[in-house]
Amino acid sequence: MTSDIYSALLVLIMALITVFLRVLPFIIFRNQDKTPAWVKYLGKVLPQAIIGMLVIYCLRTISFTSVPFGIPEIISCAVVAVLQFWKNNTVLSIVAGTVMYMILIQLVFAA
Amino acid sequence: MAGYILLGIGFGILLRDAGYGVLWALAMCVLIYAGALQYVGVGLIAGGAGIINTILISIAVNARHLFYSISMIDKYRDAGRKKPYLAFALTDETYSLLCDGECPDGVDKHSFFFLVSLFNQCYWVIGGVMGNLLGNVIPFDTGGIEFSMTALFVASFVSQWKTTKNHTPALIGLFCSLVCLIILGAEHFLIPAMLLITFVLLLLRKSTDERKEPEK
Repeated sequence: MTSDIYSALLVLIMALITVFLRVLPFIIFRNQDKTPAWVKYLGKVLPQAIIGMLVIYCLRTISFTSVPFGIPEIISCAVVAVLQFWKNNTVLSIVAGTVMYMILIQLVFAA
Repeated sequence: MAGYILLGIGFGILLRDAGYGVLWALAMCVLIYAGALQYVGVGLIAGGAGIINTILISIAVNARHLFYSISMIDKYRDAGRKKPYLAFALTDETYSLLCDGECPDGVDKHSFFFLVSLFNQCYWVIGGVMGNLLGNVIPFDTGGIEFSMTALFVASFVSQWKTTKNHTPALIGLFCSLVCLIILGAEHFLIPAMLLITFVLLLLRKSTDERKEPEK
């Protein structure tokens, strides 16, 4: 285990970067009456694109060339997507998908 | 929101499994307050990651917050003293609640935004602390609980898909990320993917604007 002081330093870095990213746009555009059109446009379309990117990011370490070929991830993601599409209940989708994933990796595809 | 408590519990358990106790859970939930980065952060602190690496990963994982803030600039414009906290607390969950959630009638909208943000953080902190404390008494194997993060993003992706007519941005996000992942590999694809997505979206802007013009 890493030393506590070093861990605390890393936590602090993560905290500072996060707040910096969240506050920066408010500082940059604080004196303008209207937010520039291209910024508004990005604010509208980017969140959707970035969520797509984060889905890929979460799945980045799947290997399709070795057992279990990403099958647990694919099934669980499908469970989440179908449930969310159908019921639109985020909590339900997350719980069902996560439980499905835990069952798959612990029981079905257990090494 | 139960979703937040649940994800917090997942984080608390992961952190406990990595050997960090409840004070760490509390500190990270209060100070960092960013779900995805905290999940990734467990690995970083437990593995003793380098400082530069930690900075780059934090930027990569959380750069999307720049754009959450950008799209809230107009909404938060006159928030006054509440603005610093509103900006600090603009997480994925809070953003998705506030960007299309309507403020109830007769309530000061900035107080409403402030309370939603504050309650969300309370849920997150409670979840993280609870998960950390319960981590060693939970009677079943928690392996795979980290999938809750993936599930959250898949669920938000589907929700956004249902509430928007134009699916091009979502598809661009998926496609550009996949291309970068295949070419550059899991370790290095995130920042190039983000730049590529921004670039492609800006390229498309002109045509989108022209299509929208008659509606105004």
